[in-house]
Amino acid sequence: MIWLTWRQFRAQTIVTAAFLAVLAVALLVTGLNLAHLYNASGLATCHGSSCGTFASNFISEVKGGLSEKVFYAGIYIVYAAPAIIGMFWGAPLIAREIEAGTFRLAWNQSVSRSRWVVVKLGLIGLAAMVTAELLALLTSWWASPVYQAASAARSDSLSIARIAPPLFGAQGVAPIGYAAFAFTLGVTAGLLIRRTIPAMAVTLAGFALVQIAWPNWVRPHLMSPVRESAPFSIGRLDEVMIGNGNQMIVGDTASKPGAWILTNQAVKPDGQPFTGPPTHACLSQGMQACNASIARLHLRQVIAYQPASRFWSFQLYETAIFLVLAVALAAFCAWWIRHRRLT
Amino acid sequence: MTAVLESSGLSKRYGRRQALTDCTLSIPSGHVTGLVGPNGAGKTTLLNLAVGLLQPTSGKIEVLGGQPASSSEQLARVGFVAQDTPTYGGLSVADHLKLGAHMNPGWDNELAERRITQLGLDPAQKAGKMSGGQRAQLALTLAVAKRPELLILDEPIASLDPLARREFLQVLMEATAEQELSVVMSSHLVSDLERACDYLIVLVASRVRLAGEVDQLLATHWQLTGPRCDPAALPDDWQVISASHTDRQSTLLVRTSGPVADPAWAADHIGLEDLVLAYMSQPAPQPARTATPSMEAQR
Repeated sequence: MIWLTWRQFRAQTIVTAAFLAVLAVALLVTGLNLAHLYNASGLATCHGSSCGTFASNFISEVKGGLSEKVFYAGIYIVYAAPAIIGMFWGAPLIAREIEAGTFRLAWNQSVSRSRWVVVKLGLIGLAAMVTAELLALLTSWWASPVYQAASAARSDSLSIARIAPPLFGAQGVAPIGYAAFAFTLGVTAGLLIRRTIPAMAVTLAGFALVQIAWPNWVRPHLMSPVRESAPFSIGRLDEVMIGNGNQMIVGDTASKPGAWILTNQAVKPDGQPFTGPPTHACLSQGMQACNASIARLHLRQVIAYQPASRFWSFQLYETAIFLVLAVALAAFCAWWIRHRRLT
Repeated sequence: MTAVLESSGLSKRYGRRQALTDCTLSIPSGHVTGLVGPNGAGKTTLLNLAVGLLQPTSGKIEVLGGQPASSSEQLARVGFVAQDTPTYGGLSVADHLKLGAHMNPGWDNELAERRITQLGLDPAQKAGKMSGGQRAQLALTLAVAKRPELLILDEPIASLDPLARREFLQVLMEATAEQELSVVMSSHLVSDLERACDYLIVLVASRVRLAGEVDQLLATHWQLTGPRCDPAALPDDWQVISASHTDRQSTLLVRTSGPVADPAWAADHIGLEDLVLAYMSQPAPQPARTATPSMEAQR
């Protein structure tokens, strides 16, 4: 059974290994260049407050160049990998056997159907998880100077929140969970739809939906966010928006470097969110008068956020949840194959 | 002698369509059994039940004394060539033999390779590039080389040209002679089975109409021609399968275990093909009568 799995999966393995090798070489070349930049910037040997300037210089050198493109390309690749695995490894796995009728050949060798499905899902699922994690490790290694510089910069404008989307899902161990889930999602779609191409489309759509919905509506609630309230500071004023219909919105920068800011609101002394009306000074006078009038409103800034220190807790939660989902889908497939007809 | 396939009250329904109804059979071992019937009669359903690709809606089926596909040991005892003889298009002939070797503990590699050589198949050729006949031969080789006790073939020759058909049956006959193999194969072409089979099952409209050893079936069926008669006046032990009447003459196909003694009737033996056609074209029998053929088959 292991031989058959390997033989049927050989072409995909070769393609994937070749892709990983090419990508590794490309990242190695550009990554060494980036490391050289990093060392040359003085960041590697700096002490104390001078580091901030070095970091800013380094980051502005990275920005706008090839390195920035590679940085984002790496993130896209890590996000795309599970979807591609689900479509091209998962969906055809059983759908193609059904289309060609070959499951009737496979299931009449001296190997039970349960073993057939366990070995296939187990081995290829493992390959999916290893591939996704290799990609995440490669791109994270590449980006590590950028992250280090961002944390050395200690400035709100240069901070990079690794716990916030979209960076979070492209790092750590979470890609393992996504890959396992996308793969089993593809297998399940193929088993139920019984045709490869529609199953691939459903897999892509389903996984994309999860990837959009999850960070927006589920992940923020995995741990209850930290809430903080502080006097509204004109010094950190970030936005003043005056809309028609007597509305005015003001906002302070949330000074939490590396944190995932979930909400950031200006509230009135009675605790209600401030939405207007616009102060007279802001409507008719200059900026300074406007700022002074905002200060007289005695607003408070209320933020809810996930601190950077929770990065690994979130990673472990998320990976565990997606692995459990993957196991549930795999168990469903095994049950279906045992108890439902495919002919 | 033990039965290779034993079923009682076996039924299978797909939604509202009854694919197999109350099938009670006992096929003794050591036979090449032909399963005939028109398209859609339930042949594939019965064979898929026998290899465990389907689960019965009601009733029981045992193959070689065990539940179909219940364990790897059970799977090893039954070889199956499915309809349209599926093979992996991207795998070569040699790969298929490796597949067989890796997935069957009783694999006879020497036998498999000998057959491939005899058939003139190129081990390096991909199955997807072979003709239908070659694929059927490859599928049969896989099923035979796992050394099963029972070989089940579902319309293996339907898609083959006459020459490939003859070759396939020849290979099959050689394999059964060498390996003391029991075979159950379905076809809607009686002429194919006539050469190969010594046991016959006729399946029409989801029901078993006739089952028995070919010799016995031929010995107990008579084509009778005689003066026009009243069907009610015929002897009790005559089972009339078909009857046609003209003004003065009646022609009957009758099943009876005894000899036809009445000199008024001219009795002739009937060929297997005519016999099967008579059962296949017989109108759906009354429920009371349906049981008779299958009951007799049990003896």
